[in-house]
Amino acid sequence: MKEEQLLNIPGDYTDGIDRVDGRQKVTGAAKYSAEFNLPGMTYAVFATSNITKGSIKSIDTKAAEHAPGVLKVVTHLNAPKLPGYETGKDPSKPATGGGPLKLFVDNSIKFNGQPIAMVVADSFERATFAASLIKAEYTKEAHNTDTAKSLDKAATPKGPRFSDYKRGNPDDWKTAPVNLEAEYILPTEVHNPMELSAIVANWTAADKVEVYDKTQGVKSTQNAIAQAFKLPPENVHVTTKFVGGAFGNALRTWPHEIAAVMAAQLVKRPVKLVLTREQQFNSVGYRPYTWQKVSIGATADGKLTGIIHEARAQTSTFEEFTEGTVNMTRFMYACPSVGTIYKVIPVDVNTPTWMRGPGEATGSFALESAIDELAAKLNMDPIELRVINHADTDPENGKPFSSKNVKEAYQMGADKIGWKNRKNKPGSVQEGGWLVGYGMGSGVFGAGRGRATVRATMQSNSTLLIQTSVTDIGVGTGTAMTQIASEVFDNYPIKKIVFELGDSSLPPSPTQGGSMITSTVGGAVHDACTALKQKFQQVIGNGGTDKPDYAKVLKEKNLPQLDVEITSSGSSEMRNYSAYSHSVHFVQVKVHPKTGVVKVSKVVSVADSGHIVSPKTARSQIVGGAIGGIGMALMEEGVIDHRYGRYVNADLAGYHVPVHADIPQIDTLFVNKPDFKVNPMGAKGMGEIAIIGMAAAVANAIYNATGKRLRELPITPDKVMMA
Amino acid sequence: MEDQNNGFLADDNDQPKENPRRNFLKQTSLLTAVALTPGVAVKAAENHFDEKVAAAFEKLPLNLTVNGTAHKLSIEPRVTLLDLLREQLDLTGTKKGCDYGQCGACTVHVDGHRVNSCLTLAMMVDGKKVTTIEGLAKGDQLHPMQEAFIKHDGFQCGYCTPGQIMSAVACVREGHANSEGEIREYMSGNICRCGAYPNIVNAIQEVKNGGQQV
Repeated sequence: MKEEQLLNIPGDYTDGIDRVDGRQKVTGAAKYSAEFNLPGMTYAVFATSNITKGSIKSIDTKAAEHAPGVLKVVTHLNAPKLPGYETGKDPSKPATGGGPLKLFVDNSIKFNGQPIAMVVADSFERATFAASLIKAEYTKEAHNTDTAKSLDKAATPKGPRFSDYKRGNPDDWKTAPVNLEAEYILPTEVHNPMELSAIVANWTAADKVEVYDKTQGVKSTQNAIAQAFKLPPENVHVTTKFVGGAFGNALRTWPHEIAAVMAAQLVKRPVKLVLTREQQFNSVGYRPYTWQKVSIGATADGKLTGIIHEARAQTSTFEEFTEGTVNMTRFMYACPSVGTIYKVIPVDVNTPTWMRGPGEATGSFALESAIDELAAKLNMDPIELRVINHADTDPENGKPFSSKNVKEAYQMGADKIGWKNRKNKPGSVQEGGWLVGYGMGSGVFGAGRGRATVRATMQSNSTLLIQTSVTDIGVGTGTAMTQIASEVFDNYPIKKIVFELGDSSLPPSPTQGGSMITSTVGGAVHDACTALKQKFQQVIGNGGTDKPDYAKVLKEKNLPQLDVEITSSGSSEMRNYSAYSHSVHFVQVKVHPKTGVVKVSKVVSVADSGHIVSPKTARSQIVGGAIGGIGMALMEEGVIDHRYGRYVNADLAGYHVPVHADIPQIDTLFVNKPDFKVNPMGAKGMGEIAIIGMAAAVANAIYNATGKRLRELPITPDKVMMA
Repeated sequence: MEDQNNGFLADDNDQPKENPRRNFLKQTSLLTAVALTPGVAVKAAENHFDEKVAAAFEKLPLNLTVNGTAHKLSIEPRVTLLDLLREQLDLTGTKKGCDYGQCGACTVHVDGHRVNSCLTLAMMVDGKKVTTIEGLAKGDQLHPMQEAFIKHDGFQCGYCTPGQIMSAVACVREGHANSEGEIREYMSGNICRCGAYPNIVNAIQEVKNGGQQV
């Protein structure tokens, strides 16, 4: 590919290639997992625990069993023992921190809202009503859901990735001419995608099951079900054609999915199980409550001398969830002395999981706020401070970056938002009774390339069919893969390319997550299409043209089709480099001095993530991440009443996310310089960097507007007023 | 947003204790639709017949038109319009995002007005005309709002999209799309977690300013 061609991003975003599944999405034809209505469908509904810790003393299911339409009531007393649940720990694997919750195996209650029974009935209404008739008596035990009050119970997780990190003498921050130490808090946040978690399970033979499941990875779900029911993986067929957002909550197979497969086996009919919105709060993970402390010091001219970044995050009592909260502090800036400490705190809740940006989004709120605080103490522009401490090579391992254009990104964003209008002295700009401030924050996330298998087939009607098992959770994977195939096939018409995905019987791709898919699957699509082109050249023999009429070639050679299946992954050359995607977010906020209301009035997000494969969908991904970051900064918080251990805002009226009225136009800029070390497209992921750094940008802008430094998210009006 | 009368549900606050099934039957079938079910269900409930027998009598007739097709149905009175569409009529374009009228994913038009179908019991639309996302296009020809959503990439995952589009069409028809600010205000009942808001607003503005028939 020629570099100069790659730099052209349409000025008007509507010029780009439309989403290939757009028509299905706007007509209602797109089928999400709960929408595969099989003949003889039945419905499973959970009855859940209203205590937080203890055990079930007795459970009365009689009324439910006699309710109309009920086919089965499952509790720990009658649930079949799943063969895969009986095997205990896999002796071939080292001990990790516990295992996922198994439903209906015993009478123990580990968190509030844990399913205690499952009703299967012939209609959703009947199952819901019958589930309400189930009565349980419990033996209660004292519980603790309050992570904030349990910080002293934090312990270092098992495994080398999370042991304390140290280079140089991190305590040097203490003796630096300018220094500070500050604590930052992020509450529990819930993914809350619009689509509720859902599965349809149907046994097609005694040892074969098909599921239509909301998952980010059909292959991992296939394996999890196969393992639980001791089936050969090929006997488990997982279909996930559309995913209505997930943001991480469908990265793993959760207990409700296994329960639905069990139910279908028991009633010998298809079973549909859709979690309620309340159940999204305690069934499918969340971003864990995290306390952080950053200690940072610099010389009088702004050179960093030492940083210590410490985090303590909530997990469940039965699983040790970990994420890379403190990791970016090791390589983000050129600082000779850095220490990071990461610990987890088990409380009586279900297990957290990765939520968009995962730990890095949490960590960047602390680090990028602290950098802003330091800039204020130094009376320095926060961009200037970052430029002074720019890491030219990876300070964690000394390797060169595969590419890094952050300085350019700072400049692009600053120009676009009008950073020159920012006054370094906070609280100095007023406009129509509102305080106006500017802030910025940066994000970084690993840009690796994994392994994927792709089949490319040229069909007799000249349709180019690309197949792999990957899902598209909404980010535009299908569209990007189609564009990669088109580019390799000399701008093959988009309309003649079909990208088939979301089916476990297709060649394996990894689970969609961690900003890996464009690089990983895109790389494999590129390689498969390249191989298919070469195969055509061989078939044509001498005298083949660059752009043959493929249908004609197939006909002449009497071939029904021509296909290749290629497994590919990153080159070994990558080991010599550190590969990251970067983002820089700029915001302008208006803060009402009398009410503490914060309005985000301008947003400019700049992505430095290599070549932009699909400009239109990439732009939307960055816009969406920025909006997620605004929610993180100003609104989102799952609130538990610790007396009862139960969420008090487990719906979309109580758990606030941004709505239309909260969001201005958002400018998205791409540095758009290809990084061919990572993959042949030169593209790097951007799903995570879209949100990482945004919350700090908002908090820093609020400081610039008001002089108030807010270190606990979400920054609601009461906190602005009390500060 | 148009609000349907939910007084119907408000009466149902007497939590049954001893025999909830029968109480439920009384409260819903009997109080709200007794005229439609002469005596039989009343007797079943009052005489403590076996639950499964009572169940046979709990369905009520419902006539409605969905996307131009007339349906004569027999349904339980507790079925919401949303679940009727998705589970019984296989019109799955209308989405369930919360079931509490908080997210707007289930937005449909009833006699031309936008409503949250999850807050609407199906019995409440007896005799009315319902339009869902599946009924917006004319055959292969997309509605201008659908075209604009594709052009402006007014979605990512697509799950809130049918609700956004039904709401957007109504927003323009209501005369509530005169400025960016007004569109944002009148579209705020439709949550998009992927964050396609600016694109959606741009799509609506284009349709509004394009002068096409919506």
